[in-house]
Amino acid sequence: MILHRRLVKDRIAYYLMLAGAGLSIALVPLIALALAGRASTLLDQQSLGKLMFSVTWSPLKGEFGFLPFVVGTFWVTGLAMVIAVPLCMLSAIYIAEYAPNRLRASVKPLIDLLAGIPSVVYGLWGILTIVPFLRDYLIPRLSGLTRIGLLNAENPTGYSVLSGGIVLAVMVFPVIISTLDEVFTAVPHGIREASLALGASRWQTIKGVVLRRASPGIIAAIVFGFSRAIGETMAVMMVVGNVAQIPRSIFDAGYPLPALIANNYGEMMSIPMYDAALMTAALVLLLVVFLFTLGARLILMQAMRSV
Amino acid sequence: MDTVIQSLGLTVAYGSQRAIDNVTVSFPERQITAIIGPSGCGKSTLLRSLCRLVELTDGVEIWGRVIFDSEDIYAPGVDVTDVRKRIGLLAQRPYPLPMSIYENVAYGPRIYGIRQRSALDELVEKELQAAGLWEEVRHRLNEPASALSIGQQQRLCLARGLAVEPEVLLCDEVTSSLDPLSTQRIESRLIELKQQYSIILVTHVLRQARHLADYVVFMYMGELIEHGPSEEFFANPKHEKTRAYLAGEFY
Amino acid sequence: MRHRWIRIEETLMLFLMRASLLVVLGSLVFILATILIKGLPALNLAMLTQIPRGGYYLGKEGGILNAITGSLALAGGATAISFCLALAVAIYLHNFCSSERWASVLRLALDVLWGIPSIVYGAFGFTVMLFIGLRASLLGGIVALVLLELPIMARTMDEVMNLVPSGLKEASHAVGATRLETAFKVVVRQTLPGLITALLLGFGRGIGDAASVLFTAGYTDRLPSSLFRPVASLPLAVFFQLGTPVADVRARAYASALILTGMILVISLLTRYFSRWGMRNVIR
Repeated sequence: MILHRRLVKDRIAYYLMLAGAGLSIALVPLIALALAGRASTLLDQQSLGKLMFSVTWSPLKGEFGFLPFVVGTFWVTGLAMVIAVPLCMLSAIYIAEYAPNRLRASVKPLIDLLAGIPSVVYGLWGILTIVPFLRDYLIPRLSGLTRIGLLNAENPTGYSVLSGGIVLAVMVFPVIISTLDEVFTAVPHGIREASLALGASRWQTIKGVVLRRASPGIIAAIVFGFSRAIGETMAVMMVVGNVAQIPRSIFDAGYPLPALIANNYGEMMSIPMYDAALMTAALVLLLVVFLFTLGARLILMQAMRSV
Repeated sequence: MDTVIQSLGLTVAYGSQRAIDNVTVSFPERQITAIIGPSGCGKSTLLRSLCRLVELTDGVEIWGRVIFDSEDIYAPGVDVTDVRKRIGLLAQRPYPLPMSIYENVAYGPRIYGIRQRSALDELVEKELQAAGLWEEVRHRLNEPASALSIGQQQRLCLARGLAVEPEVLLCDEVTSSLDPLSTQRIESRLIELKQQYSIILVTHVLRQARHLADYVVFMYMGELIEHGPSEEFFANPKHEKTRAYLAGEFY
Repeated sequence: MRHRWIRIEETLMLFLMRASLLVVLGSLVFILATILIKGLPALNLAMLTQIPRGGYYLGKEGGILNAITGSLALAGGATAISFCLALAVAIYLHNFCSSERWASVLRLALDVLWGIPSIVYGAFGFTVMLFIGLRASLLGGIVALVLLELPIMARTMDEVMNLVPSGLKEASHAVGATRLETAFKVVVRQTLPGLITALLLGFGRGIGDAASVLFTAGYTDRLPSSLFRPVASLPLAVFFQLGTPVADVRARAYASALILTGMILVISLLTRYFSRWGMRNVIR
């Protein structure tokens, strides 16, 4: 009955693996459910919409307005994307379209290395270089421009949404660049050749044909970068200032959602509803990231399939 | 017989491997020349080196000259985009650009600075007619080109190539991915087009070469074996390899 | 005229592209150089071999052996567990799953999990621990890190297994092997270097992550001793030491970051080595 035992083993393994696969699929709903369970004590009293648009954050009085944190998150993430997207687009186009194979082969591991650097190290780098640069160099020089609201430097410390944006931009470089590289490589060589054969220059070909063909993938890459940036915690928290206010200028301190969660885990059990509020924040973060990543993945799958 | 384009000692190597070796041959003007030979003999490489597309491959090396309009297209200072405009290429598989049918044909002219809508309209119609596609697509010019069938796409690519008014048209096994009917359509287009264009055609289908070509170039393992006017070439091949190939002993 | 403009545009764009790539790669060099220059002066043997003594956080003697061993325990434990889970998922995808649709749903789920921020895993781990009455501990940290590493490892293994030609699996089935036997005797053997790459990737991610262990593993000055006691970790060691006003302690934070970065660099080099080695052995 040796044969029989082998088949039984196969069957058992099958069910175990099926369980593992099922767990992977069930995990996102499971996390959402667990967080929602904790958050429900707060959400039963106040609607999510009201919490999101309320400004006052004062846990001791039981007021949990998330607006400053939501706005702070979008400030930091937005600045990061403004910095990262053009740089990543240009770099990725260069790597995919112009660089000779040897350069390409030596650049990619460096990009991977950038992706592997821990978040706290990025944060430390920000504290040691970006923050002092803003404090000692940029802000004093821009002090004459206070009339331009966005550049108004009332906070001279350097711990600001701009610092967070810069650090975050560097962190999402590898995410965006490697996705873009994949997307550009998937554009068939023949359509580049078709355009070049008509006498178009390389840049004209990229502009008129490659970017157009790759546009869904480019959007996916940017959304990826965005959703990675939105949930990044430690590095941002270390340089962004963490003041619960709505930032008005790039030099103002902000307080993004992930930093809020990470900073207050210590006292969340000692103030009523505080834990529910923080878990609500985590839930919101999860839902936003989930929708963005899912959307980007679907776009990317579609884009890769049409090749 | 006037020569439109001529290669002199042309050698193309990928790394240490020579794809074509020391090829010297003249292509006649306003005729169809067929480059034939077994697969991997370098016929595509030869064709692509005539419009400087071969140099896009990483690590390729090119020696020798290609004379077109009494100038070497590989000479330093030559504008490569100008060469590629004047010497068009139709590829093995149709690669419609990711835009509408109209935009595909207008792509080249737009690059060359034609912006006037009426001029573009006129040009698009003219070239689509020349490619024999106009009647089929005239009511749906704004649909994406990818919606066309493969055969239609290939004719669209032909129209797109003609729209920049090249002098030479290079065709790289243009019918190998097409069904018999589409093949026939393309072939009859080419015969018509040779009134205005010099056509150089790579094919591994002997029937096509017999049917279309006025002049034939035979390549084997990267070397030029024999070339001559079509009738003479097929009726009376001089080289032993040519005879074996024509007899179907290898392909 | 036209030609000149096109050439200018081409040159300009090329310049911008090269400059951008230089900024991207430059930032890597900048980060590594900053950590090295700031961290090296404070680095000494005691940092690596001692746990914090009394008054360590005021600048007195001691080291961060607690954090180093804690991180190794956390990431090691989590990597071991997720390796098994990820291998099961990857083998399921390649040897057991017969529906293409179901496989792509599973891949999509893993990709989405990959994108979920570690702070969310931390918060989730925390709620689960509250639920079952577990306090911040090595076990809690391991669970959070398993969730973080699982999608990375599973997808990496999946990609590697994609390179196994289907003919190879067929050949094994043809001699009467079961799916399980084919998986372990053919696929795993064929992809072993790739699996090690996946393992290292997961380990690297796990050892560097702070947000997920913040709630779940806690922090302590002691060496890890039990699954149910809190453990220290390197990223949090950097973070906490940085928060003090004492300059000497902040310098130790830099040194701790250097140690962490050094570990990541070693892991990354090993990953490179194994993935290259793997490519050489794969039968295509």
